Amino acid sequence: MYSSRKVGLPIVALLLAAGGGRAGAAEPGSFGYGTAATPAQIAGWDIDVRGEDGAGLPPGKGTVDRGADVYAEQCAACHGTFGEGEGRFPKLVGGVGSLRDERPEPTVGSYWPFAPTLWDYINRAMPMPAPHTLSADDVYALTAYILNLNELVPSEFVADRNSLPKVKMRNRDAFIWTDPRPDTGAKPCMQACVNGADVKVSSTAEDRNLTPRTTGPLDTMQPK
Amino acid sequence: MRPNPLRSKAVLSDPAGADVPVGRRSFLRLGAVLTGGLALGGNSAIAEPSQESPPADAPWSQSIGAGVVDRPYGRPADTEASVIRRNVPWLTATAESSVSFSPLQDLHGIITPNGLFFERHHAGRPDIDPAQHKLLIHGLVERPLLLTMKDILRFPQTTRIHFIECPANGGMNWRAAQMNSLQFSHGMVSCAEWTGVKLSTLLEETGIKKEAKWAMVEGADGAHMNRSLPLDKCLDDCLVVYAQNGEALRPEQGYPLRLVVPGWEGNVNIKWLRRIKLGEKPWHSREETSKYTDLMPDGTSRGFTWLMDAKSVVTFPCPEKPLDGAGLYEIRGLAWTGNGKVTRVDVSVDGGINWQTARLHEPVLSKALTKFTLPWRWDGRPALVASRVVDESGYVQPTIAELRKQRGSNSVYHNNSIQTWQVKSDGTVFNVQLA
Ligand code: HEC
Repeated sequence: MYSSRKVGLPIVALLLAAGGGRAGAAEPGSFGYGTAATPAQIAGWDIDVRGEDGAGLPPGKGTVDRGADVYAEQCAACHGTFGEGEGRFPKLVGGVGSLRDERPEPTVGSYWPFAPTLWDYINRAMPMPAPHTLSADDVYALTAYILNLNELVPSEFVADRNSLPKVKMRNRDAFIWTDPRPDTGAKPCMQACVNGADVKVSSTAEDRNLTPRTTGPLDTMQPK
Repeated sequence: MRPNPLRSKAVLSDPAGADVPVGRRSFLRLGAVLTGGLALGGNSAIAEPSQESPPADAPWSQSIGAGVVDRPYGRPADTEASVIRRNVPWLTATAESSVSFSPLQDLHGIITPNGLFFERHHAGRPDIDPAQHKLLIHGLVERPLLLTMKDILRFPQTTRIHFIECPANGGMNWRAAQMNSLQFSHGMVSCAEWTGVKLSTLLEETGIKKEAKWAMVEGADGAHMNRSLPLDKCLDDCLVVYAQNGEALRPEQGYPLRLVVPGWEGNVNIKWLRRIKLGEKPWHSREETSKYTDLMPDGTSRGFTWLMDAKSVVTFPCPEKPLDGAGLYEIRGLAWTGNGKVTRVDVSVDGGINWQTARLHEPVLSKALTKFTLPWRWDGRPALVASRVVDESGYVQPTIAELRKQRGSNSVYHNNSIQTWQVKSDGTVFNVQLA
């Protein structure tokens, strides 16, 4: 083991020096597969926007009024005219102050930390039936409209690459971006770990009628 | 040795072939099968069995079955038709942004068959032409690169077995025991053998600029699903894969190309992978702010909680697989952890008063499902069956009560608590939580 490694090292070094070595791989382009991506190719797919500072937001702008029009046409059917959400489709407004409640309502207004993320998400994923088909201006307008519905910007607000990163979102400072887990540090007890009298069923799924069947054809059950 | 007429080409291609050395009785039978179709029991030449089998031969023992390539791809037995992924129709607004669950109650190993691997889509399953699919790697790299599937297949291959679990697995049981089913309480975990190229190999090929600290990974689906990953994780053990259990990825699993981020929440294992961009800071995309963040009881939220904590579950008995009278059984289950390997699983049948260490079945692999069993003589009295995993970091799977003390019940994701199954004296099994 040892001796073969000692012998091996200089050979690898030699191969790398000669440009023919795969071991250690490090040189960019050493496989030579694929093609260099051109600026035009990159531009077409380079759609990401950074939430914190809006890096990547494109030129363009949109008003709340224009946003209301596009929204009525392309979004209201699912999200409700005022963002209240149709059926189980997500609400886009409300829930402010609810995050400590029994039933919190996280929305753009109550939960989202960064406004540019709203532009990014609408641009990449909405409207659901035809994602990434809106113009940059219309995405700005929709962003302005939804922020306005949430009373985060006034009705004369114009969304663009400069104004969006400056919108202060309500929940911005409530996020912790480093994972504090593990949450628990129990030791694995083996015998008499709990008092028998304390072992009580506190909740059961029996008779809840929430579980679709797991045999036969797919279930189409809806909540009672 | 006497030639077997059923294996003779002449017989199979020409059932009337007279020169086949075969007795009259079996010849008639064979002819009837070949001309009368291959349906079981639809064979008039075979007498109806008047007795149960055994002692009688069953119909399939007295007829010839379907030939090779009758099912050129193959599929499970017709009688296994219930073993399918299932969804909870009331859970989501649409099936296109939704989830389906693996039928863990009917799976016996650590590998999930490709057709049963759980699904989570955000804009439905795209059907992608691999000839047109490309992977773009750019941002803080030396050489922005566009790779076709052909290019990607030329890179050195790596094959590894890893689980993928949606962090919302068990989310419906945060507040209370809700889903009376193993499939719906734990079925958002699956495990496969993945083959592809190390992400580190691809990034070294493009060259990584010094300032790069993060990667943005993005799918080609309508959601353009994107997440941020620390570069360290990308270079550590991530794979860009095109194969799952030895065959091309299923479309539901990201065909033709997906990312596998071992031990981390399912959502970052981007399917239909089309773009990787290196940057200095994370992106805070919608899927890592509005979703996949954990709301704590004090109103703060945790973001970038990628690790899947250790978890285990008894897969037999379970609500779908009740017990059939007192006697000797084998308690069976699965355990896994994002921290590496499972080191131990303990099983309790009395609601966690006493525990016994179960047997782990080889292979015990890092960030893969691990199978455990424990023999159990059931006396026919009510029991509370549960399992608890310990992983190589020393982490011990907590009870739901312990977890709730820290996290409340609104964090949606990362419920890795001990699952208790209540066995009633009639053998039926229910999902319960203990005080
Ligand atoms: C066919 C129904 C449908 C239409 C039309 C639609 N959406 Fe959506 N929208 C959804 C669904 C479903 C989700 C949740 C998707 C998910 O989580 O994967 C969603 C999510 C969102 C979210 C994120 C909500 C959150 O809090 O995370 C925003 C913002 C949004 N849509 C905006 C829009 C806008 C703007 C339009 C119009 C351009 C639009 N949607 C059109 C169905 C729709």
